[in-house]
Amino acid sequence: MNTSLNWIKSLVPGIENVTDEAYRDAMTLSGTKVECFERLDKNLEKIVTGRIVSVERHPDADKLVVCQVDVGESEPVQIVTGAPNVHPGDSGQSVVVVLDGGRVAGGHDGEAPPENGIKIKKGKLRGVESFGMMCALEELGADKDLFPEDPGDGIYIFPDEQEPGSDALALLGLDDTIFEYEITNNRVDCYSVLGVAREAAATFGKEFIPPQVPETGNGEKASDYVNVEVKDGDLCSRYCARVVKNVNIATSPEWLKRRLRACGIRPINNIVDITNFVMEEYGQPMHAFDYDTIAGKKIIVERAKDGETFVTLDGNERKLDNDILMICDGEKQIGIAGIMGGENSMITDDVKTLVFESATFDGTNIRKSAKRLSMRTDASGKFEKGLDPETALEAINRACALVEELGAGEVVGGVIDIYPEPVSKRRIKWEPESYNKLLGTDIDEETMKGYLKPLEIELDETAGELIIPTFRQDLIRGADIAEEIARFYGYDKIPVTLPVGTSLSGAIGGISFDERVKTTVMETAEGEGFSQILTYSFESPKVFDKLLMPESAPLRKTVVISNPLGEDFSIMRTLPVNGMLTSLATNFNRRAPEAKLYELARVYIPGEDPEKLPDERTQLTLGSYGEGDFFDMKGVLENITDALGMDGKLTFAAPDTDYGREAAGDIHAYPFLHPGRQAVLVYNKAVIGYMGQVHPLVCETYGLSADAYIAVIDINTLQEKEMVSFEEKYTGIANFPAVTRDISLVAAKDVPAAVIEDIIEAEAKGLLEECSLFDLYEGEQIEEGKRSLAYNIRFRSKEKTLSDEDINPLMDAIFAKLEENGFELRK
Amino acid sequence: MKERLKELTESTVGKIKAAVDAAALNEIRVAILGKKGELTAILKGMKDVPPEEKPEMGRIVNEAREAIETALKTAGDRIKNIELEKRLKEEVIDVTLPGKKNKKGHRHPNRIALEEVEKIFIGMGYEVVHGPEVEYDYYNFEALNIPADHPAKDEQDTFYINDKIVLRTQTSPVQVRVMEKGKIPIRMIAPGRVFRADEVDATHSPCFHQIEGMVIDEGITFADLKGTLEVFAKKLFGENVALKFRPHHFPFTEPSAEVDVTCFKCGGKGCRMCKGEGWIEILGCGMIHPKVLERCNVDTSKYSGFAFGIGLERIALLKYEIDDMRLLYENDVRFLGQF
Repeated sequence: MNTSLNWIKSLVPGIENVTDEAYRDAMTLSGTKVECFERLDKNLEKIVTGRIVSVERHPDADKLVVCQVDVGESEPVQIVTGAPNVHPGDSGQSVVVVLDGGRVAGGHDGEAPPENGIKIKKGKLRGVESFGMMCALEELGADKDLFPEDPGDGIYIFPDEQEPGSDALALLGLDDTIFEYEITNNRVDCYSVLGVAREAAATFGKEFIPPQVPETGNGEKASDYVNVEVKDGDLCSRYCARVVKNVNIATSPEWLKRRLRACGIRPINNIVDITNFVMEEYGQPMHAFDYDTIAGKKIIVERAKDGETFVTLDGNERKLDNDILMICDGEKQIGIAGIMGGENSMITDDVKTLVFESATFDGTNIRKSAKRLSMRTDASGKFEKGLDPETALEAINRACALVEELGAGEVVGGVIDIYPEPVSKRRIKWEPESYNKLLGTDIDEETMKGYLKPLEIELDETAGELIIPTFRQDLIRGADIAEEIARFYGYDKIPVTLPVGTSLSGAIGGISFDERVKTTVMETAEGEGFSQILTYSFESPKVFDKLLMPESAPLRKTVVISNPLGEDFSIMRTLPVNGMLTSLATNFNRRAPEAKLYELARVYIPGEDPEKLPDERTQLTLGSYGEGDFFDMKGVLENITDALGMDGKLTFAAPDTDYGREAAGDIHAYPFLHPGRQAVLVYNKAVIGYMGQVHPLVCETYGLSADAYIAVIDINTLQEKEMVSFEEKYTGIANFPAVTRDISLVAAKDVPAAVIEDIIEAEAKGLLEECSLFDLYEGEQIEEGKRSLAYNIRFRSKEKTLSDEDINPLMDAIFAKLEENGFELRK
Repeated sequence: MKERLKELTESTVGKIKAAVDAAALNEIRVAILGKKGELTAILKGMKDVPPEEKPEMGRIVNEAREAIETALKTAGDRIKNIELEKRLKEEVIDVTLPGKKNKKGHRHPNRIALEEVEKIFIGMGYEVVHGPEVEYDYYNFEALNIPADHPAKDEQDTFYINDKIVLRTQTSPVQVRVMEKGKIPIRMIAPGRVFRADEVDATHSPCFHQIEGMVIDEGITFADLKGTLEVFAKKLFGENVALKFRPHHFPFTEPSAEVDVTCFKCGGKGCRMCKGEGWIEILGCGMIHPKVLERCNVDTSKYSGFAFGIGLERIALLKYEIDDMRLLYENDVRFLGQF
C-alpha cells in the first residue's frame, strides 16, 4: 500500500509541518508500518514555472534554439535548448525551468539517475550564453507514463498556461513524498487513503476530515434505467449501482491527475480517473459499464458455468468455472466480478450513459478465482481482503459527486442497492481494568477513551459497551481493544517487568534427559573430530536409485509433499544417508583432503494410515572420507555408546553371516554399503543402527572418488528402549593383581573374531577383565584361507590374588571350547 | 697394617675424586668394597689380628671405610649432577615446532546460536520441548486461529502432504500441543525445523528453524513479555542493545508486536548489516489470543500468557556475520571449521 503524504496531509489538518522522518517513525510505532518513503523532489532545486517569450535560431548551430523565458522576474532569462518540441517563432508555452545553480534528478539519456542528481550551471552553448535549462520529465525524475500529455521526446509543456515564477513542482505533484506501508491483513480499512489518514490523525492527535459527499442526482430514478438481480448472494453481500447520463468524456483536472500519479496510476479520462481515484481513496474498487451495451437493461450477478469462456477488457479470452462470479446482462456475461470487466461492455470515448458498479464480493472467492485465472488485478487485490459492505455505498456516492463536480455527466437520481443483510456495528464490553491487566499498565479511563475516539469507536456509557465501526471487522473482543489502546499509548511506554507467576512448579527449566542424550552424542562426535552439518528434510525420490535400493525396499515408502518446490524436494527422507553423502561429495569436489561430518536430524517413516502423522525419528549420522577406515568409525561408535552409559553388549553384526544372524536376527545388507564391509549395530539384542564403507558404485554416483564411511544410530531406539544412562556408580579400584595369559590360534578367515571373544568371555566365569587382540596375521606360515589371531587375556578378582590354580582350569576350559569350535591352538 | 689402610684410603679417595662417570665410580667401589675388594680383604684379615689390638684396628678400619663411603657418596652426587646437566643439555628441543593436536570437530553455527538462546531461557525457568515437523493442519493453523480460508495460509506458502497434514510452517503448533496437556503454569521454548515454499537464495531456505516461546500463568502481562525479551536480547547481543516493540498482527496473539533491536554492529547509526536503518527485526510476539487459549481449555478468566517466535537462522547470520544463508546448508568444512 502506497500513499502520497500530501494527500494524507490534506485530510488531517495540523500535520502539515510533520517531516517525512517523523511521520515514518510515528506511524510505524502506532502500527502502520512504513517500509520506506521516497521524496519526489529530493534532487530538485531552484525549479520554477516559465513562459516562453520568444524563440530564435542559434547563430552557429542548426539543432539549437535560443529562448527568452519569463520566470516571473523583471527580466526574462536566456536559455539555449536543443529540445525537438521547441521551434523558432514559438511563444506562450508554459514550461519547467531549472535556474542557474539549481539541481535536477537526472539526464534524458536513459541512464539511471545519479544518487545526488545533476547540478545545473550557466554556460555557453556554441558561443551563446544559457542561464538554466527547460526540463523534460525524466530530468525531474518523473515517470513519463503518468503524464499522457507529454510528447515523449523533448521538454515538458504544461497543457494549460501557468503563472511564470509559480512552483512548478507543486503543479506537477513532485513536491510530495510517497510512503510505502506494510499493512497487515487484519487491517482491511488501511488499504485506502482514508484508512491511513484516520490512523495518521489518531497517531498525531489531530482531527481527521473525510471528504464531504453531497447528495447527487437529478429527478429521475436509476431503477427505471436498470434492474439488478443478485442470484448468488453468498458471493456478493452488497451490490450498488448508479447511472450517469449525458456523459462528457474529457481529461481530468490537474488536482485529480496529481493524486492518481502519486499512486502510480496513469490518468486516462475523467470517468476512468474517478473510479481509480475512489478506489484509492475508499479502498473500494468500482466499475463503469456502457449502459447502451447492457441487454435487457438488466444486471445479473451469478456464478459462471464450467467450461464457459469470456473476453476481458484487455482482449484476452478467459476460461471460467462454476466458482467464478460473473456480472451478466439480460443476454450475456459482461464482467468477471471483482476482477475485470468485459470487452463487450467497456466504456469508450463515445459513451453516452454509464452504469457505476460498487459492490462487495466475497474476499476468499475473489482471491481463489483470481489465482485460478492468474489475473490478480488492482481490484481483486482490494476485494480479496474482505471489504466492508458499508463502504460500497459511500464510494459510489463519492464517485457521483465527483462526476457532478467535474461536469463529467448528469447523475441520475437514486441508488440501486441490493443489500439483504446489512452488517451491524459490533458491540464489545467496555472493560478498562482488564485492558490494564493484560498490558501491565495503569492507563486511566479518560485517556483510553481519548485513544478510541479518533478510531471512531464510540462508548455507550449506559450499556457499558463499545460500538465498533463496521470498517473494523478485526475488533472482536477485549484483547483487540487492549491492542488499540496500547498502540496509541505507545508500546515503548508500557513498563518492562519479568513474569512472577503463581509458582514455578510445572515450569522448571533445565536440560531434559532427551536433550542430554543429544548433547552427549554431539560432544563425543566432535571430540572424535566430526563437525556438525545441516541438510534438508526433503529430497528427491531418485535418491533411492542412487543408493541402489531395490524397488521393494520398505524405506521407499515415503511421506510425499503434494506441492513441492520441485522433484528434488518432493519426499520426506526415510534415511539420512543422501544428505551426508552429498555433503561429503561437496567437500571432496572442493578439494578438501578429508572430511568428518555428523548430523543429528529426523527421518520420517510413514505409517499405514495416511491421515496420521509419520513416525519422526532422530538419527545420528556420521560420515567421513580421506582419513580413517572402518575400524576408526567403529571406534567412534563405541566411544559414543560408552559416553551414553551403554554398558551392555554392543555387537557389530555383518549381515548374511551366521554370526550376524545369531546376534541380530533376520537382518539384510544395506545396498548402499560395501557388501563385505558393513555391520548392523546390535545393543543388548536390539538393532540400533548400521555402519560401513560406502559402496564403490554409490561413491561414484555421488562423485566421491575416495573411500567413504558412514554410520547411523537411531537415537529414538536408544530412548524408547531406555538404553542410555547417565547414572554412574563408583565400583572400587581393583586391589589385587591381575594375571595375564596370551593365546594364539588359527581359524578360518570367515570365522568372526567376535566368536573367539565370546568364548573367552563365557568361560572366564566373571574373572575376565579384558581380552584384547594383539596380533592378526595371515600369510606365508599360515594355511591358505586361514589366519592367526593372538589375544592377551587379563584376569582379575576383586576378592583375592589369583593363583595358577584359579586360572589354569579357566584356561583349560577356554582351550577346550575353542578346540571344540574348530580352532587350532598354537600353544 | 695401619699404614696400608691409610695409604689405601688416601689413594682410593683420590681415585674417587678423579672419577668422571658413574661407571668409573662403580669400578672403584667394587675394587675396594666389593666381595673381593681390598678393604674387604683387610676386614677379612681382622681375624688374624691379636685380640688386644682388635678394638683399635676395628676403629681404624671403620674409619677408613666411612671415609671411602663418604667420598663415594659425594662423588656420586657430583657425577649424578654432571650427568643430569649433560642429559638436560642433550634434551633441548625447539619449542617453536608445531604442536600435536587431536583434530576436534566443530558444532554447526545454527546449533551454537540455539544453545545460547536455550541457555538464556533455561536460566529463566523455561523447559525445552519439541513437536512434530510433519504436523496436522489443525495444529499448524486452525488451533492457532488461522481458519481454512485465511489468507495467511496462502502467504506462508505451505507444503501440504494431504488435506489434513502439512509440513509445519512455524513452531507455534507446539504451543497448542503443550497447552493441551493442561499443566499450567507453563514456561517453555520449542526450537525446531519449519518449512515454507521459498526458493533457495541468500536470505531464504525452504527448510529453516524457529524457536517458539510461551509463558502461561496468572497475571502475565504485555509488560512481562517486554521484560522477558529485553533480558533475552541483552544476554544474546550485549547489554547495550535497545529494543523497539512495533504493533503488528499475528492471528494467534493479541496484542501483537514485532521487535527490532538496535544494530549491534553499528550501534544504531546505520550500516550495511542493518541496511542503514539502525534497527534489525529479530522476532514476532504477543499476548496469546484468547481464542487460542479457550480452544485449549485454558481458563482465560484466570490465566493469560505470552508467546514469541524467533528465526534461528536470522540470529545465527547476524551473530556470526554470515552473509549468505546457503552456507548454513552447504556444509563446507572450511565454513564449519570457523565455529
